[in-house]
Amino acid sequence: MAKDKRMGLKEKYAVMTRGLDWETSYQPMDDVFPYDKYEGIKILDWDKWADPFRLTMDAYWKYQSEKERKLYAILDAFQQNNGQLNISDARYMNAVKLWLQGITPLEYAAHRGFAHAGRSFRGAAARVACQMQSIDEMRHAQTQLHAFSHYNKFFNGMHGFAHLRDRAWYLSIPKSFFEDAMSAGPFEFVTSISFAFEYVLTNLLFMPFVSGAAYNGDMATTTFGFSAQSDESRHMTLGLEVVKFMLEQHEDNVPIVQAWLDKWFWRGYRLLALVGTMMDYMLPKKVMSWKEAWEIYWEENGIALFNDLSRYGIRLPKHHEVATKEKGRVTHELWSTLYQYGNALGLHTWVPEDEELDWMSEKYGELFDTMYRPRLLHFRAQEETGKRYFNNRLPMVCQVCQIPVFFTEPDDPQTQCVRIVEWADTKHHCCSDGCADIFNREPEKYVQALIPPQQIYRGEAGGARDIFEYAEWLHLVKDVDTGEYHGSPDHLNWEAWKAELPTPQANSDEAA
Amino acid sequence: MVDKVFIAFQNNSEAQPIVDAILADNAEAVANETPGIVKIDCPGRLVVRRATVEEKMGREFDLQEIHISLISLGGNIDEDDDEFVLAWNS
Amino acid sequence: MSIELKTTSIDPVRKTFDHIAEKIGPDKAATRYQEAIWGLQPIVNQHYRPTWQPEKQLYDASRTQILMADFDDLIDPRQYYYGTWTIQRGKQQDSQEKNFSFVESRGLLEQLDGRWTEKIHQLIIPMRHVAWGANTNNSYIAAYGFGAPITSAAAMHMMDHLGIAQYITRTGLILGNNSVHVLDDAKALWMDDPVWQPMRELVETAMVTKDWFELFVLQNLLIDGTLHPLMFEKFDVLVSQNGGAAFSMMNEFAIEWFTESSRWVDAVIKIAIEESEPNREHFNQWAAQWLPRVRSAIVPLSGLAFDDQGDRVLNEVFDGMNARLSKLGITG
Repeated sequence: MAKDKRMGLKEKYAVMTRGLDWETSYQPMDDVFPYDKYEGIKILDWDKWADPFRLTMDAYWKYQSEKERKLYAILDAFQQNNGQLNISDARYMNAVKLWLQGITPLEYAAHRGFAHAGRSFRGAAARVACQMQSIDEMRHAQTQLHAFSHYNKFFNGMHGFAHLRDRAWYLSIPKSFFEDAMSAGPFEFVTSISFAFEYVLTNLLFMPFVSGAAYNGDMATTTFGFSAQSDESRHMTLGLEVVKFMLEQHEDNVPIVQAWLDKWFWRGYRLLALVGTMMDYMLPKKVMSWKEAWEIYWEENGIALFNDLSRYGIRLPKHHEVATKEKGRVTHELWSTLYQYGNALGLHTWVPEDEELDWMSEKYGELFDTMYRPRLLHFRAQEETGKRYFNNRLPMVCQVCQIPVFFTEPDDPQTQCVRIVEWADTKHHCCSDGCADIFNREPEKYVQALIPPQQIYRGEAGGARDIFEYAEWLHLVKDVDTGEYHGSPDHLNWEAWKAELPTPQANSDEAA
Repeated sequence: MVDKVFIAFQNNSEAQPIVDAILADNAEAVANETPGIVKIDCPGRLVVRRATVEEKMGREFDLQEIHISLISLGGNIDEDDDEFVLAWNS
Repeated sequence: MSIELKTTSIDPVRKTFDHIAEKIGPDKAATRYQEAIWGLQPIVNQHYRPTWQPEKQLYDASRTQILMADFDDLIDPRQYYYGTWTIQRGKQQDSQEKNFSFVESRGLLEQLDGRWTEKIHQLIIPMRHVAWGANTNNSYIAAYGFGAPITSAAAMHMMDHLGIAQYITRTGLILGNNSVHVLDDAKALWMDDPVWQPMRELVETAMVTKDWFELFVLQNLLIDGTLHPLMFEKFDVLVSQNGGAAFSMMNEFAIEWFTESSRWVDAVIKIAIEESEPNREHFNQWAAQWLPRVRSAIVPLSGLAFDDQGDRVLNEVFDGMNARLSKLGITG
């Protein structure tokens, strides 16, 4: 018998994971694993799955417990020392609100989605990777809640996130994104989330945005953000692995995977418009513009990744060039929209200060100076005369990404881009060719989408008849949770705290 | 032009020896800092060598410990007990 | 309590999130456990039907027959959220790791009488596959359960079982001087040996059980609740008494974990039973339906472990299970 005292990492992982499963015989394998064939992905040999990070549970518990101990030590200190006072400015808090309302719920959804994938694949190593991600995602949801819990005690807009998450029009953007992925089969789910979203796109969220949180003195977000990102590196690697695995297993998989990459690149890119807007507008101290982040993380790193996959016959995702054309405008177009619909948002909006506008001019150049700066200055002028502009009608939103239809034509930033799609004699609106393509590929799926403005018109939002009743139904307190930042309780409290004056009793109780 | 791989760490004292080791072992590697982050870009291939990290740290180091301060990466991974390699194959 | 600042008036404007306050009252401070699990799962306004199960919603309470006014009530008495769970497991891993290296470096398992080594090969090493089955079944509960309290705890339970499967693997490797033959042999027993076939059949049947709460009862209460005491209490003690204290050190985690996690399993079932009589009826029915099958799957294992004492030990283990069931209010 060979006596080998030291087992290498690769061998150890193989023994610890792969041998555990077996070919069932008392129940047919297809009954035990009913969901890993219907998408049409052909897997000839699950043992060809390579595990780049070979974490066994002993190492997992060792490193994760070390990370958690550090994280909670910092959160405890942050809470005990009124760490909320160290942020650069209370406007920053609105990025945190959007994170809690829009991103944290996705972490829970990811926990469920990866549990589903971690139950569905018949290969043991693939299942273990998904299961680890499932529990990691639960970690991310919970550490975020614990970090934000303290902010919720001092700032508005966060208290009702769980109610808001499932009802607010702008949170339908992230919610529908993730439910789209979860309602797909397990292969598409992992491709969409681990690869398209995490590998290709979330660097844009976690790298520049969390760096921005650090720069703006948000110890809590910085801590969980970087700590989560160390898990994220494993998840990204799972994403790349699952894509390579499918492509290597059978040539028939290539067109299926390509279609998913096309779809999820665009879907993820649209979702990230929210993040870009957080970076450009909600960070009082700026680190990097959306445009710069796009250039680094997509044009450089993302394209390198696709070049690597070209040997399998994979090409760049459809409409990637449109995304690049839009890099100088999406955040400005979206901020302007959020600003207008501020009466139905659980966060505040505002016109940036002069030095921020100058930063934007520097980063975005002529297009900003000719198109967006004048509009922002116009908003400011109205505000100064006591007529802060609000659009109190309901927006028309895209049937696929659910963002209001306000983006502009790829080659003309002055013309609104609208695409009409049709299915079963009904017309629907899309914001772009990218979204229209996604609709046309699976119309029977996207006609199921719940479109908040339409729900309101149908009386399905508590019978709300206008945007104010709608906001009330969302449990948003007018001008406390919603509306303009300047003069809001958050703003006044902040000024008082910073001036070390008594706190004004500005917060009314939350509407029941 | 060869596509770049990258690896990013938290910019703290724990990760510093790892960053130093990478810069020592990869002649073309370039470190870029933003608040809280140090991102290292390198054309084609980048290696983290356990022996070099141990030398910089002055203690034994298990390559899986990089999980503690790793933030992100780009490239295909190949890891064994002595080396953690990031590379593009094309 | 906040550290004293120059400012005296930086008062919080609220204690916790609305949905937590609704459950505990507006003036109470929430625990980290409560904030980590309540209200996390969406219930309304789900956009698309799952293509893998179009007759259901993504999050659908009807994947079990158990009815709860609020599935968020299925709380964990250990109050585990990821941080507390993983920190606890990190400590246990540390201790287990020391046991492994102590036993391995001194060759303590080699001193064990061959008769007992043989039984460990036949009975304990194949348990890694049972643990893998339990991992699979808990991933089902994490995926298709309803509400974050149950899915979060089930996901931890899923990883715990993977940990147990890998610890048993370590034991096998130590026994076999890092040769994987030990594991191959154990898998062959799992696949073909008549002693293991009723158990394998049961585990595979659990893997196609659709109602996640029924699966919870079958896997986490009935199978684990009898097999663990048999292997990691009764058999472990027997080997210890026969010069195998080192073997017991291999099982430290599995032993501790069983006691700890049983508190969760019992609490969840008890909460659901206390919710309603129809719920209780389902649990009664499941216990009546599955307990005899679990027993017949364990009979040959008990016989192999305890020879002529097999029936006696089996009766002790099932008396223990019956006592546990009646304490929960289940008439099996």
